Amino acid sequence: MSNAIDQRSITITVNDKTLEATVETRLTLVDFLRHQLQLTGTHVGCEHGVCGACTVLVNGHSTRACLMLAVQCDGARIYTVESIAIDGELSILQQAFQDHHALQCGFCTPGILMTLTEFLRDNPNPREDEVRIALTGNLCRCTGYQGIVAATLDAAQRMQQLKS
Amino acid sequence: MKPAPFIYHDPHSIDDALDLLARHENTRVLAGGQSLMPMMNFRYAMPDHLLDLNKVDALSYIRINAGQVAMGAMTRQRDIEFSPLIATHCPLLQEALTHVGHRQTRNRGTIGGSLCHLDPSAELANIAALYDATIEIHSQRGVRELPFAQFALAYMTTALEPDELMAGMHWPLLNNVNADTRQGAAFVEFARRHGDFSIVACSAMLHLNASGEICAARIALSGLGHAPIRPGAIEQQLIGMHPDAATLNAAASAAQQLESTTDAYVSATYRQHLARTLTLRALTTAASRALETCHV
Repeated sequence: MSNAIDQRSITITVNDKTLEATVETRLTLVDFLRHQLQLTGTHVGCEHGVCGACTVLVNGHSTRACLMLAVQCDGARIYTVESIAIDGELSILQQAFQDHHALQCGFCTPGILMTLTEFLRDNPNPREDEVRIALTGNLCRCTGYQGIVAATLDAAQRMQQLKS
Repeated sequence: MKPAPFIYHDPHSIDDALDLLARHENTRVLAGGQSLMPMMNFRYAMPDHLLDLNKVDALSYIRINAGQVAMGAMTRQRDIEFSPLIATHCPLLQEALTHVGHRQTRNRGTIGGSLCHLDPSAELANIAALYDATIEIHSQRGVRELPFAQFALAYMTTALEPDELMAGMHWPLLNNVNADTRQGAAFVEFARRHGDFSIVACSAMLHLNASGEICAARIALSGLGHAPIRPGAIEQQLIGMHPDAATLNAAASAAQQLESTTDAYVSATYRQHLARTLTLRALTTAASRALETCHV
């Protein structure tokens, strides 16, 4: 094959901001977010879809950003962890994480927050076992998950109260 | 940036995809990317051309027609997991899907991608074996169909030729062999953690006639060999029997005698032990579900 670099122009909406970019077709979504957009909140862990640290929402669905190419996101709407605090104020879920010590080193936290953002949107009143199953796709090596589960259940309750 | 350089193609139609596949050598087909992308990130796979099927809408569908379920190769696992059609007509598939990876991987992963990657312990391959799914294969040379048993050739190796594309699959629902029969099915597996590939998985389907005897039986076991197996002799020995504890235990004991492979982590003996335990659980649940349906 030729040595020419295979590139494409894409239009992508990241955290409600639509932008155009030129990407090499082999660039993964997570590297695009971190290196080209400087959105370093999304972390890169295992780079083969196991750890979940790079989880973002693509068209509303939680997705491993290391297993998608940026070129595949042409026309897509992406939300990263940078989107969930509004004007520097922690979201309900983030506040619950702080209150329940649901993070220590914090490396896994962005992916877990995005997984749970989708999960609580689709399951506003989850049971504990459902939360634990939802978390199976995200590895945390510090907390032992107990605090994360407690924070999630508490956040769900706080969101319900806010609605009523 | 991790994958080695490739030329990216994203056709919108099956014809364009087949044309690209016929014209280019060393091409890999990208479905949901939950297996191929890791392989490319690690450079186990270094294709010169990447053929992305995600824009071929014609490959994504779920249909129930004439007692058959048909699905396109690019149908996402999440769409099957939440499909009311599948919930009604083939709930066993959804039971198996809850064990497939995680929410994030099912959001992208496809049924065709899983069958073509053909991990020996993949849950979807187990279900395809249980129903003996018919695999629809397209190329510029024409269309052919293969039963799953002939599609799964060897360890992570399918019968697909380099210019061929798996377009979809269909299988008979088997919900009612005739009006007097009752059907029950179950999927069980053992994995080290939820969402991991299973060490051994077993699905079973039983049909009971009006007098409560087993008139049709299917069992699929994965994790013992290079692809899921249907132990025909065990299925046969169930026919004409009542699904009582002694009968199901005898079938489970026979499953423990099946040949199994050893790898660096799990011995053949342990896999055979799991084959016994899981066969018993799958058959027991299938039988009780079949019996429940007689009260409906």
